[in-house]
Amino acid sequence: MNESRFHSVRLDKDKCVGCTNCLKRCPTEAIRVRGGRAHIIDERCIDCGECIRVCDHHAKYAQTDPLSDIERFKYRIALPAPSLYGQFKHLANRSLILDGLIKIGFNEVFEVAEGADIVTRAIRERMRNATPEHYPFISSACPAIVRLIRVRFPELISHIVDIRQPMEVAAMVARREFCKKNEVAPENVGCFFITPCAAKMTAIKNPLAQSKSELDGAISMIEIYGLLASNMKNFSLHTERATATAYGVGWANSGGEAMAVSPEHSMAVDGIENVIRVLEEIENNKLRDLVFFEGAACTGGCVGGPLTFENCYVAKSAVQALISGSDRVHPDEAVKASYLTKYNLQADRPITPNSIMRLDDDIVEAMRKMEEMESIVRSLPGYDCGSCGSPTCRTFAEDIVRGYCNKMDCIHILKDQLKIMAQKMVELAKTTRE
Amino acid sequence: MQEQLLKDSYSVCAGEYQTAGDASASIKRKLKQLGIDSTILRRIAVASYEAELNLIIHSQGGELMMEMTPVQIKLISKDVGPGIADVSQALKEGFSTASEEARDLGFGAGMGLPNMKRNADSFDIQSELGVGTTIEMGFQLK
Repeated sequence: MNESRFHSVRLDKDKCVGCTNCLKRCPTEAIRVRGGRAHIIDERCIDCGECIRVCDHHAKYAQTDPLSDIERFKYRIALPAPSLYGQFKHLANRSLILDGLIKIGFNEVFEVAEGADIVTRAIRERMRNATPEHYPFISSACPAIVRLIRVRFPELISHIVDIRQPMEVAAMVARREFCKKNEVAPENVGCFFITPCAAKMTAIKNPLAQSKSELDGAISMIEIYGLLASNMKNFSLHTERATATAYGVGWANSGGEAMAVSPEHSMAVDGIENVIRVLEEIENNKLRDLVFFEGAACTGGCVGGPLTFENCYVAKSAVQALISGSDRVHPDEAVKASYLTKYNLQADRPITPNSIMRLDDDIVEAMRKMEEMESIVRSLPGYDCGSCGSPTCRTFAEDIVRGYCNKMDCIHILKDQLKIMAQKMVELAKTTRE
Repeated sequence: MQEQLLKDSYSVCAGEYQTAGDASASIKRKLKQLGIDSTILRRIAVASYEAELNLIIHSQGGELMMEMTPVQIKLISKDVGPGIADVSQALKEGFSTASEEARDLGFGAGMGLPNMKRNADSFDIQSELGVGTTIEMGFQLK
């Protein structure tokens, strides 16, 4: 499989001390500690950003584009994720933020929340023509969850909604409208997503369900937070720029998408470990009434992204306050039907399973390795301490079978071996003395 | 050459609801590592989960076993009682003898055995009152 290797989540070698914090928390067992520092296995990493959150040494970071990168283009459009609105408490009007974005160097803004409105309507159209074997539809909004499904739940891939993500749709519409209005060539326009997370950055550089992203880059929320906040102080300058519905804005929070797409028979789960637990149940056919499933890797939804500034609960209620103060017009009414035909909202590439967990492509060989692995597991202490550099004793056994390490990397086995050797030496010393 | 055979077994205790899903999750994980086709895997996942739950809800304890060759996977559920009085009735959708406790937990829809049968390529059930029940399900890999 020829997989592009771009990952937003990176390791700063100099800061890594080789502890086991990230090792133990990675949902796809993509981290190993070898030679005193962490290594990320590219093929396994889903860019969820859990390791960024748990690293006390800030050795994990997300690679995003610097704000200066927008200067590559003559015209720049900012596409703020709905979660950006949660970063400012007591925000009377979204236009304050949108105006602020203009002040820091963009020519135009387009709310990704409006992209979410369009996507909402498109998904609802899709669901109208669906039969129960399509159920549950699984949201494709969180790229980390889509990647998680590829690695850990390949049999659920066919349930993932095949409509483009809100940021992609927003970029498509924004660029076309801007070019038309100002009579400029599309290649002179740069579309930049203001991102709450690493996973979206990866989704732009290395998209899964489409051949090329509509976006030209992603700028981290936390990077522009200070600059943006200081440019929001002058209230008088603001013009009305907010166009999305309250439903589209609601996508910032866990449950917002489900509320817009399918208020009934839907479920919204946040936090990647929780999402895994529910996907297991879907896999076991336990949730038979479920029509729509929204899973967000981050606690609270996108407002909990690793690149946000505000605490996710504070941000969540800030978004909630904004929504409560707005009219409740559903995207079904707000989004023009012509959008669904005018723009290509369909994902143009099938999502393929990621077979990295496979022990071997040949089933007989895989079975042999599994047998060997099981016998190694039985000889290990089962503490899952991580001292060997693998997250659990099971993964350690797997790593041995795959040829990446050997049994003596287990300090408990090594200790036992040393004890035996020491005993033998004592015995040897005794015999030679006599 | 001796045919490759992989065996795996899990003992399942009666009434231990907190362990529900552990055995089938472990089977699932291993099958994914073995590279089993995802549609077959989904069917085995459903069948093994139902079998595991049945052992917890209805049996006096038993074992969930998996036997695999490169061409076939067998799931075997074997318990030590109480046995099923009327097997053909138990195979009907919606029939259940689940306890009040199990029903309170959302189980007992009477879909356990029918779901196992539907998902397996072959299905065999032997039961004797006072002795126990053995279910054997086959899944063709090729």
